Amino acid sequence: MRGWKPAPHVLLLLPAFVVLAAVVVVPLLLSLYSSFTPFRLTRPDTIYTFIGFRNYQRLFADMEFWAAFGRTVLLLTIALNLEMVLGLFLALLVEKATRGQRLLRTIMMFPMMFSPILVGFQFKFMFNDNIGLVNNALQSLGLTDQAIPWLIDGKLAFTSILIAEVWSSTSVFAIFILAGLMAMPKEPLEAAKVDGCTPLQSFRYVTWPFIMPFAFIAMTIRSLDIARAYDIVKIMTDGGPAKRTEILWTLISRTAYSDARMGLANAMAYVAIFLSILFTVMFFRQLAKARQQIGAEW
Amino acid sequence: MATVSLKNLVKKYGSLEVVHAINLDVADREFVALVGPSGCGKSTTLRMIAGLEAISGGHIHIGDREVNNLPPRQRNISMVFQSYALYPHMTVAENMGFSLKIAGRSQDVIASAVADAAKTLGLEELLDRRPSQLSGGQRQRVAMGRAIVRHPDVFLFDEPLSNLDAKLRMQMRTEIKKLHAKVQSTVIYVTHDQVEAMTLADRIVIMRDGHIEQVGPPEEVFRRPATRFVAGFIGSPTMNLHDAVVGDSKLIFGNGDTLPLPAQFRDRVTAGQKVIFGLRPDDLYPTGHGIHSGEAAEVHAVEVPVSLTEPLGNETLVFAEFAGQDWISRMLNPKTLRSGDKVELSFDLSQSHLFDAQSEKSLRG
Repeated sequence: MRGWKPAPHVLLLLPAFVVLAAVVVVPLLLSLYSSFTPFRLTRPDTIYTFIGFRNYQRLFADMEFWAAFGRTVLLLTIALNLEMVLGLFLALLVEKATRGQRLLRTIMMFPMMFSPILVGFQFKFMFNDNIGLVNNALQSLGLTDQAIPWLIDGKLAFTSILIAEVWSSTSVFAIFILAGLMAMPKEPLEAAKVDGCTPLQSFRYVTWPFIMPFAFIAMTIRSLDIARAYDIVKIMTDGGPAKRTEILWTLISRTAYSDARMGLANAMAYVAIFLSILFTVMFFRQLAKARQQIGAEW
Repeated sequence: MATVSLKNLVKKYGSLEVVHAINLDVADREFVALVGPSGCGKSTTLRMIAGLEAISGGHIHIGDREVNNLPPRQRNISMVFQSYALYPHMTVAENMGFSLKIAGRSQDVIASAVADAAKTLGLEELLDRRPSQLSGGQRQRVAMGRAIVRHPDVFLFDEPLSNLDAKLRMQMRTEIKKLHAKVQSTVIYVTHDQVEAMTLADRIVIMRDGHIEQVGPPEEVFRRPATRFVAGFIGSPTMNLHDAVVGDSKLIFGNGDTLPLPAQFRDRVTAGQKVIFGLRPDDLYPTGHGIHSGEAAEVHAVEVPVSLTEPLGNETLVFAEFAGQDWISRMLNPKTLRSGDKVELSFDLSQSHLFDAQSEKSLRG
């Protein structure tokens, strides 16, 4: 090494580069490369066979993949909208509380304190057609005398997953929107009252524009969350019945580990990540617009 | 255009009463200023008139309507807030036209009303900007524009100039006065700045601890303060106020120094009565340097040591020691004085005030 003397700044940054390369760059490149191979975990030497875009071609022609893709987008869309509306109501209610607001805020966060796996197990039990709480309640209340096959019927299973997902994460929206409400200056609201606004108009013209950026931050976070949803679905239905609730990551994990087709699974994963990036970019654009609109200084 | 009348208006927060049964009648087109130190209940009173604060007792009438239980939107008032309270996501034009939009007026009506207000306030160039792109003075003007487009019955101003720097404050003060002359509507204006109140208002309401101390035209509250508090609050620099005891045709101060008992109070006090003697700095001056050019009848001169001077250019405030207390005097056509110098101070006793030490009420008839 005599004669080569790196500049001090290069030398100082080198450890960071080495660590980053080891934990991020190399795995990323390796997985990207493997998506161009027929790599199977059971036959390690297949990683050296380069097959170009064949995995991607197969993927794009694969109805099962597109069904999972579409289901993920559907889950994301419905869950985000529901969580948004419910979170907004929750936040507005909690903000109105003059007493015990701290306690309410803490209670509101309870669902976030449980592991999604446990949430999955709990809802799986609740929606069990035989011994579940939901059917039991419906029957006791005389609303039905049938055992509704919550997790067995495809559409109902999707709904059940949706409910579990919304239950566990509505508070994300509620907390962000509540933060927005609490940071909001009160004078414009009073000005709106004097200007002749009904409470609904005050909300529509003054409060809503102000909390929109906060809602978009929550949407960005939650869209990433749902786009990578796996645990709740894995536990509740495992993509079943007959792949009716298969979403992107349950499909990817099945392809990678059960079918051992790592190359194909990696190709799917890159498409899934692309979806996430798309949503993130979209929401960040909206966020920037909303922030500029309220002249936010953050 | 409307009158405003408050009858036995009370505000309580829980068991704490902050406004104690106040009464006030504001005439149509009158400009009334509520002044007082912070926490005196003036803003609370204004907010009760606006309907932003529920009242705990009494009555509020705007015009001939009792508005006690009406929400702000049904009171036909406009309010200008200390923090401007502009809608950050709307342009200047949208801010000003918002109330008309809510009232369901047509685009044309809104546009022309906004254009009118913008012209009045010199905001034509700024109509497309957002509040974050405006300076403090411009924001305040927009807030006023928002108030005037509706032609409300009553304008309420809640310390509108407090967030502006001194120079801008003076400029805006003049503009508010012009604006009132132009729009000719009833104004209730809250401020803690007595200069603002004096310069703007037809009548001043001085409040303290939730009570009204005195109501009157600026000249009157300045010349004839009803209480010691009003005497100390109105006027800058503040009135010299010192404890004294009435003696035989004289006032005896704590250290034994005396002043002749002013003629106007001779029949109004009894020997031994504890009083507070008040004299404005304008009426206490180094001999030959006063506002009144010497012909005042009742001048008493005393030679005292100067403790401090504050030169202000065309005048100098001289702090001098008399009767063991510091007195502020105003010297016009100032000459140079240093602390420690002896100076002859003229007390214009015809302009003096006496307050009862106990009730703090003026002893003037």
